[in-house]
Amino acid sequence: MNSRRILAGSVVALAVMASGCTGTGGSTKGADAKAPADPAKVSGTITVLTQRTDLVQDGTMTKYAAAFNKTYPKVKVKFQALTNYEAEVKIRMNTENYGDVLLIPGVIKKSDYPKFFASLGTETERSKKYRFTDFTTVGGKVYGQSPIGVMPGFVYNKKVWQKAGASKWPTTPAEFLADLKAIKTKTDATPYYTNFSAGWPLTSWTFVNGSVHCDTGATSKIADGDPWAKGADLRVGDQLLYDTVHDGYIEKDPTTTNWEASKARLAKGEIATEWLGTWAIIQFQDAAKKAGIDPDDIGFMPFPAQVDGKFCATVGPDYNQAVNVHSQHKEAARAWIDWFTDKSGYDKDNLAISPLKDAPLPTVLKPYEDAGVKLIELDDSKGAKVKLVDTESEVGINTPDYRQKLVDLARGAGKGSLDDFYADLSKRWTEAQKNAGS
Amino acid sequence: MTDTTEKAAFRAAARDGAAVPQPPPAPRRARLWRGLTPWLFLIAPLALLIIFTYAPIANMVAYSFTDWDGVSPELHYTGTGNYTELFTREDLFQVFFVSGYYLVASAVQIAAALYFATILSFNVRFRNFFKGVLFFPYLINGVAIGFVFLYFFQDGGTLDTVLGLFGYHSDHAWLGTSTSANVSLAGVSVWRYMGLNFVLFLGAIQSIPGELYEASELDGANRWHQFRYIIAPGIKPVLSLTVILSISGSLSVFEIPYIMTGGATGTETFVIQTVKLAFQFNKTGLASAAAVVLLLIILAVTWLQRRLVPDDRVDLV
Repeated sequence: MNSRRILAGSVVALAVMASGCTGTGGSTKGADAKAPADPAKVSGTITVLTQRTDLVQDGTMTKYAAAFNKTYPKVKVKFQALTNYEAEVKIRMNTENYGDVLLIPGVIKKSDYPKFFASLGTETERSKKYRFTDFTTVGGKVYGQSPIGVMPGFVYNKKVWQKAGASKWPTTPAEFLADLKAIKTKTDATPYYTNFSAGWPLTSWTFVNGSVHCDTGATSKIADGDPWAKGADLRVGDQLLYDTVHDGYIEKDPTTTNWEASKARLAKGEIATEWLGTWAIIQFQDAAKKAGIDPDDIGFMPFPAQVDGKFCATVGPDYNQAVNVHSQHKEAARAWIDWFTDKSGYDKDNLAISPLKDAPLPTVLKPYEDAGVKLIELDDSKGAKVKLVDTESEVGINTPDYRQKLVDLARGAGKGSLDDFYADLSKRWTEAQKNAGS
Repeated sequence: MTDTTEKAAFRAAARDGAAVPQPPPAPRRARLWRGLTPWLFLIAPLALLIIFTYAPIANMVAYSFTDWDGVSPELHYTGTGNYTELFTREDLFQVFFVSGYYLVASAVQIAAALYFATILSFNVRFRNFFKGVLFFPYLINGVAIGFVFLYFFQDGGTLDTVLGLFGYHSDHAWLGTSTSANVSLAGVSVWRYMGLNFVLFLGAIQSIPGELYEASELDGANRWHQFRYIIAPGIKPVLSLTVILSISGSLSVFEIPYIMTGGATGTETFVIQTVKLAFQFNKTGLASAAAVVLLLIILAVTWLQRRLVPDDRVDLV
């Protein structure tokens, strides 16, 4: 139990990262990364930071770079894959050396974007062609662009759901629970898998926001209102998670869940459902192929809520790519972002939604088109405030803690009542709103 | 001139009643070097100590008075605001109850380590093998241990399988409730750190001269008497050191619960909470203040223990 040394270690880590602070900002503030006029003339070596360790290891990224070099022969692209992306980049961003192209970490305050990143252009100009521009807009200028769009939803095993007699997507939380009950009684599968241990899959329940009431202004409502008021989007989602757990439709021991293993288990039909996002489909299909199962068994469905008889799903950006404001090769870096977004095919390779406004939906979302699911984009103008209130209140809608507590509460391992739990969240949230200003 | 001849000359001079010649003073340069030598040897460790321990702590203390978020170029001085917040929010200190589990576990750990160290200090068959077995867990990386034990405690995992072999089919989610999870985690901690305590005790026991055992055996002492009257007092300093380390360690448990549960299901310790404040909620200033408070608590506890159990010299003979 000599963890004192570990403490000392973490203290050192804290302080070392702290000591590098205040090195950034200043003269380069507000710089632009302009698109190169002539692709043949851009030169330089750029370093691209990515969280996709898998794609760097299996050489996929190098293939992208090779294709990129056909248009931009003089630019050399190097990749750095970071296993724990958020934490590592955050520390590196205390220096000027954080790659030429990077993904904007969640921790950076939106108002600080101009201090860290070079602008890609104005919003009026970019929003004509691209989706999600307002997620990175500060003062009318756009600082990042996501190469793919993602949509939250349930990944499910079609065969298991059919076997349970649920051939149509549930349209209300009550119907969803009834279907899970049918799965539990009629099949051997675990109706819903929480991924409690990994934590972040629980966090993705926050993305329920917007699809319950089909409201593009849902984020602003969280920023200015109470997300746990009766009928509010987050509460509807949390309530569904609570009921699912409380009624015993989840795995026996959530505390030792295994995310990697869950992919194959869902493909094999041992697990029926998981709340994730479109980005997960390809991973589950790969797991199915490896297990010798037809990847078409993997289905995807929206949150069980309808407005005027239509489902609604929110399309949002994944990590946004940005140019380091201190980069020596801003044109080359910009060229990479443009090429990767428009021409790399990264979105198609991931069966994801294209960030280009005029691109068609991926084939995997054909059922969505057939069912007439309405796709909406949330207005993110109050996104920065939500982040601020979230950290100030320490509720953590973007961290796993509070939903882990919710799951514990639901399965009887935590103390207290659900009403008190919601009340506490509301109280902390609304109090933090007062401090966060407007 | 050698040392002996010098002394001889000195004696001769004394006998002759002549004035005692002072040994010639070493040249200034040589004296300087002699004074500097220990410091030259110390440069490397001191530099490392200052750069990686004291400078960061100084920095941390400085950040504890600011509202820094860990990455923004701007930070504001908030005075003692962070400390006020820390002490007015009782929820931040509730996590210390979790340390209770680890305190109990460290008592178990010390007892077990002492037991094995005593047994293996006598002539036992396969003694070196057992020493290796007991010390081995300490050599494994903590992250690996976390993952191994996740499988161990899984539903239908190693523990359930082993219990099944003995005919006990538990249907228990080991990390499922707060109590059971904390006990399990504390158990892992015992498994991991017992080897270290064991080696410390073993080293101390082996420094006790062997004749004492022989003499005591002649006087008719049995193993228990030998432990009670020779070993226990002989290793007292190491024992009290271990207790101090265990208590401060229990207050600052981190990696095993962080990797295995991430602090879920009531297993959050003070350090995990601090890390979350710093890296999830970006309150680096507040987290630094929490780290400073933990440091002070540990220093206070250690000081108190040293006062209660003074470090007196052992004299067995």
